[in-house]
Amino acid sequence: MADDPSDPAALYRTVALIRGFEERAVQLVRAGVVPGGIHPYTGQEAVAAGSCAALRPDDVVTSTHRGHGHVLAKGADPARMMAELAGRATGLNRGRGGSMHAADFAVGVLGANAIVGAAVPIAAGAAWALRRAGSDRVAVSYFGDGAVSQGVLLEAFNLAALWRTPTVLVCENNGFATSMRTADTVAGSIPGRARAFGIPARTVDGTDPQAVREATAEAVARARAGDGPTLLECVVYRWDAHHTWEHAARPRYRSAAEVAEGRARDPLEVQGARIPAAQRAAIDAELGQLLDYAVEFALTSPHPDPASALDGLYASGLRGRSGAGVR
Amino acid sequence: MANLSYLKALNRAVADEMARDADVCVFGEDVRVAVSNVTAGLLKRFGPERVLDTPISEQAFTSFATGAALAGVRPLVEFQIPALLFLVFEQIANQAHKLALMTGGQTRVPVTYLLPGSGSRESWAGQHSDHPYSLFAHVGVKTVVPATPSDAYGLLVSALREDDPVVVFAPAGSLGVREDVDLAALAPVPLGVGRVHRAGTDVTVVAVGHLVQEALAVAEEVAGRISVEVFDPRSLFPFDWDGLAASLERTGRLVVVDDSNRSCGIGAEVVATAAEEMRLLAPPRRVTRPDGAVLPFAPALDLACQPSRAQLRAAVEQVVRRPVGDGWRRAE
Ligand SMILES: Cc1ncc(C[n+]2csc(CCOP(=O)(O)OP(=O)(O)O)c2C)c(N)n1
Repeated sequence: MADDPSDPAALYRTVALIRGFEERAVQLVRAGVVPGGIHPYTGQEAVAAGSCAALRPDDVVTSTHRGHGHVLAKGADPARMMAELAGRATGLNRGRGGSMHAADFAVGVLGANAIVGAAVPIAAGAAWALRRAGSDRVAVSYFGDGAVSQGVLLEAFNLAALWRTPTVLVCENNGFATSMRTADTVAGSIPGRARAFGIPARTVDGTDPQAVREATAEAVARARAGDGPTLLECVVYRWDAHHTWEHAARPRYRSAAEVAEGRARDPLEVQGARIPAAQRAAIDAELGQLLDYAVEFALTSPHPDPASALDGLYASGLRGRSGAGVR
Repeated sequence: MANLSYLKALNRAVADEMARDADVCVFGEDVRVAVSNVTAGLLKRFGPERVLDTPISEQAFTSFATGAALAGVRPLVEFQIPALLFLVFEQIANQAHKLALMTGGQTRVPVTYLLPGSGSRESWAGQHSDHPYSLFAHVGVKTVVPATPSDAYGLLVSALREDDPVVVFAPAGSLGVREDVDLAALAPVPLGVGRVHRAGTDVTVVAVGHLVQEALAVAEEVAGRISVEVFDPRSLFPFDWDGLAASLERTGRLVVVDDSNRSCGIGAEVVATAAEEMRLLAPPRRVTRPDGAVLPFAPALDLACQPSRAQLRAAVEQVVRRPVGDGWRRAE
């Protein structure tokens, strides 16, 4: 039953899709095809795969600077996502957003966001408006452990709890905010932040897609029932650099031994072990082709026309005066 | 004919749009009891689902409005103090304004931000007296500053109908202005279209917000000697450059009076654009707050920082006195 998102094979496929996508994206950064670099999601795939498996296609999510996994798990086309990273006209955002702003409203991705914590009130507002429109749709907001020190996020917790917005708050605690360890930046605890506002919170093994899916399903059911937000702290480990610049700059903030230990629990293996080897091999082969195609699609797609650089700036179609260079 | 106050005009605009469009909702601090008067009567008429008192959480409720807009609502967000815009510059300039472009045109963010009481409210001191409209014009957020009750009505209605974020500055100095109007004739005023309040042939005074009244007073004072045209851009972004050029075709001389700080203020932009592109017979002049001004508390000090009628009159006289021809670039 490959269509059932809670099917173990479907969950495995999403984890493997994100893993394969990230591996190729890192290669393309190194090859100079993806400008600006990316924040690799490797090691955290179970959070995106598991949580999105508990959502309906018409539910919405907001994401972070480390957002490829969320965007793909919600159903965006990997080829158009790769084209977006490469800044092509065929990209999800027509080359206007790139890695940190990838958005696909057609599948409910209201956008990755490059300002830490900034998307949480946006998700709460969207959730409120969806409920107001009479639907039982929910909004999931992803954020990192670094975001829980942002005032705007805590203000948003208050609003979401006060107005019982159908919001699921998914914190991916990957141990680091860039180089700073969670223990050095978070006083108290992450679930404690939510509980202070009366928001139920629990800690989940973020390397297990099924555990994340089950916890999210409960939170989503609460939200749909009108009982307001829930926070899930998903404990993961970031395998790769904070950002691909780190491959060159190599700041030292963790040991090889620690990274090896973190990598020992691999979401791909956790979920892969739950399905027959032959099925896993078939999925891997299918994804290999799909992702090869995504890379080819991105590389062969046209670059956007410089004359169109500010197309879409205003919904009203307003054109400001030209500066030097543009138009 | 009704004698309409500026505040009542804002109130009517919001009520009319809420009646016309069920997606218009109001967020703000103390909006249910209408501390600013702008939202008076809305709770009773439209209910608590559309008129929401927010906690004192400007950053959250500003982006909450963005999220609601992404999901189909058309929020009006009221701020109690213009300086709160500094708190939410991230949420407006870096989030709401950028989303349409960054998503490649996938979405629109129809949010209106209303600042009733912008600028100096005498002796409210440093943190309550800013007039930060130039900041928004600089980043390209649609920015309007109505000067009269009918323009306040018409521009706020247009802002609420826009699919882009719009900041509406209602200067404290305008809130008491009244105007005889036919209420049935109140109509939307398009953004980006200026208004000539008084025609003239010697000099164009570009006046922003409450300073339109000052400009009209100065025009009257010098009427026998100098013919002043008073041009109110009404929107600072987009700006009615064609309207200004047409006015300068008639007068050839320019004074800008703008109650924001001098450096990089909207006055600088008007003067620069006129110098680059328009007909000028004499060097233009600006009357503004000083560079980096923080409005002091004592009434005399507060007033000393704001453009005055006397400064404006002096600037008008000076611009007109300048010789036409080769000599005009020389310093006096
Ligand atoms: C408000 C803000 N401050 C600083 C930055 C620079 N920055 C980008 S990512 C990052 C670390 C974020 O850590 P976390 O939220 O834990 O997410 P992670 O990178 O671990 O996924 C920082 C400091 C930013 N983008 N936004």
